[in-house]
Amino acid sequence: MATYRSSRMQVVADARRTPLVPNGVMGMLIFVMTELMLFGGFLSAFTIIKSGSVVWPPPGQPRLPVEETAFNTALLLLSGAALFATRRAFQRDRAKARLPMLAAMLLAAAFVALQGREWLALLGQGLTLTSSSLGSFFFLIIGLHAFHVAVALAMLVHTFVRLQRGWLASSQLATTEVFWYFVVGVWPAIYAVVYQ
Amino acid sequence: MATAPVTHHDAHGHGHHEESWFVHYFWSTDHKMIAKQYMFTGMAMALIGGFFAYCFRMQIAFPGIDVPGFGVVSPNEYNHLITNHGAIMIFWVAMPVLIAAFGNYLIPLMIGCDDMVFPKLNRLSYQIFLLSIVVLIASFFVPGGGFAGAWTMYPPLSAKPEYGLTPLGASLFVTAVALEFVAFLMGGINFVTTAMNSRAPGMRMYDIPMVVWMIVIASILFMASVGPLVAGAVMLLFDQNLGTAFFNPDKGGDPVLWQHLFWFFGHPEVYVVLLPTVGIVAEIITVFARKKLFAYRTVLYTAFGTGVLSFMVWAHHQFIAGIDPRMANIFTITTLLISIPIAEMMFVYIATLYGGAITLTTPMLWALSFIATFLVGGVTGIFLGASGADIYLHDTYFVLAHFHYTFFPIAIIGTFAGLSYWFPKMFGRMMNETLGKIHFWGTIIPFNCIFIPLFVLGAAGEHRRIFDYTNFSELARPELRQLDQFATISLLVMLGFQVLFLFNLFYSLFWGPKAEKNPWKANTLEWTADSPPPHGNWPELPRVYRGPYEYSVPGRDQDYWPQNAQN
Repeated sequence: MATYRSSRMQVVADARRTPLVPNGVMGMLIFVMTELMLFGGFLSAFTIIKSGSVVWPPPGQPRLPVEETAFNTALLLLSGAALFATRRAFQRDRAKARLPMLAAMLLAAAFVALQGREWLALLGQGLTLTSSSLGSFFFLIIGLHAFHVAVALAMLVHTFVRLQRGWLASSQLATTEVFWYFVVGVWPAIYAVVYQ
Repeated sequence: MATAPVTHHDAHGHGHHEESWFVHYFWSTDHKMIAKQYMFTGMAMALIGGFFAYCFRMQIAFPGIDVPGFGVVSPNEYNHLITNHGAIMIFWVAMPVLIAAFGNYLIPLMIGCDDMVFPKLNRLSYQIFLLSIVVLIASFFVPGGGFAGAWTMYPPLSAKPEYGLTPLGASLFVTAVALEFVAFLMGGINFVTTAMNSRAPGMRMYDIPMVVWMIVIASILFMASVGPLVAGAVMLLFDQNLGTAFFNPDKGGDPVLWQHLFWFFGHPEVYVVLLPTVGIVAEIITVFARKKLFAYRTVLYTAFGTGVLSFMVWAHHQFIAGIDPRMANIFTITTLLISIPIAEMMFVYIATLYGGAITLTTPMLWALSFIATFLVGGVTGIFLGASGADIYLHDTYFVLAHFHYTFFPIAIIGTFAGLSYWFPKMFGRMMNETLGKIHFWGTIIPFNCIFIPLFVLGAAGEHRRIFDYTNFSELARPELRQLDQFATISLLVMLGFQVLFLFNLFYSLFWGPKAEKNPWKANTLEWTADSPPPHGNWPELPRVYRGPYEYSVPGRDQDYWPQNAQN
């Protein structure tokens, strides 16, 4: 009992606890867990419908552009790498974090733009939201992901502005990073399931 | 997302500035005010849900009656009432009161910090919750009326207006449910982050009061399970409004897909609302038995185990939906397995009570009745979990009585237990014990009188989705009809006794005797703050030296040992 009490006194003597994971990062991690399950729900629903169909893709529907999207995928993965480089630079010299952060933003914006071009092409080939279950799932899942990229981009712009003004805390960058890596990291899974 | 300050240097700054009435009651970021908002909103919704139950039970017992306060119930109105009774009681009563109200109130006070880590997110959470209620209530008044395809929203009733007959009501209903999830997502992020990052110095993982752990686990379960349902809700909204065919087999969709997405969320949801009540009961029985919680760590690990297992049982809702019988076997096994941890928790509570110095206060009566009634709910679940028995019992009143024997203890008994226990802290006044006990017996006896007959009716084969039994000669036998009438009259008695509760609540709120800081002589930190705690909770934030359940420790003058007392 005596040792129990004295070890406890030591803990109490410390200052108020400093969390292992900053609040913003932890909140974002929990949110990302929900998001993972959301995409998991869509992808498993897609897989169920696809495996229950006799013919796939449904008759009269175009094949999805696997090769072009592979290029877009590379762009998105590079933007993730660019944000990783941002973190490395941020820890050494904050001023040098700007360039990789801008690169991450441009790469992600290029991804959204190229995916948009792909959408227009597919719409022209007769794949619409209501043309088949492939079309419904394609536009819903890819559209949801594009929306996530756009939100991540807005977050990064906000982070960039803070960096410019010298207000950016390390934990704020980390919060943005969590969401960004999620958006980048979930894409290969979507690509593998939907485009395959 | 801004990072909230981790240090609490500003604790003294609270309470010195005057807030306007509107800001204080409707725009507050104080966790206690948000908790009260959730509590009162949830209780108001319970009145609506209870009124709906009254209307359709009157129709079932006395077909074609002009229900006082409502009028004659038409078949589609009947479906609408049942649908919204279920949805309101689960999404707008159990969730806001048990998770949001108690979570918001108790987490910061029990772990010894001044507020949630994201107070503005917390405020936004309540505002979105309120918006979801506005959307839900608006859906009752649109052309075609409110959604009437059961709270589980199975397509095609929910997806096709020509079947469901509620073109706009169905879309608004799905939207309201989705908004409500967004609100609880924000709340859940707050609860978990706060409990992990803002605990008082000295409070280790195993010193966290059980109710906080339970709300945290429930929040994690909710956030891990809600994704697929949100996905399904979006697909359903697309089917309703944009002409897609996710759930329409004519065009390559699959209606059973919805059931999987719904119940993947829906079954963990049972544990999302159960666990907070299990935690509330743990706090109450330890205080009023003056005993340490038996096997704290076992309860904690069991709760985590239950959470994991709850993700593997969902298809037991679909035994007759055309799923593969081999899959049904697997889900029978997992379903029967999950009764083990829950039974274990009940045994732990009985072991806690064993040999205790029990005081039968109102909160203690509620807590004990939770154990008793929930056991009935759990035991009857075993029959339904076995796929063979379920084929006969599915969609009968047996199922209905079973889940009311689980949800009533969870949502209603849990709320009354928690509210009567923490009322002195929340409002600084004591509730009337005599009225509380009359209300307790006036609720618990009629409750059993409502649902025991329904077990009998269900076993006799009464189907739960029939509007008027007079057209079914084999179900309209007088002995069965009399049981239905007995259940309905018991419901009227039970609802009548709730007036007593409301009187006690509002009378005590304004004129009850003043409560001291620690009227129950409890150990946890919230009882060291003033009653009610001011903005910022403590002038100086507490430190913790021991676990929350040190009651009747040998060799001490007092039979309790507050967590923050140095010796």
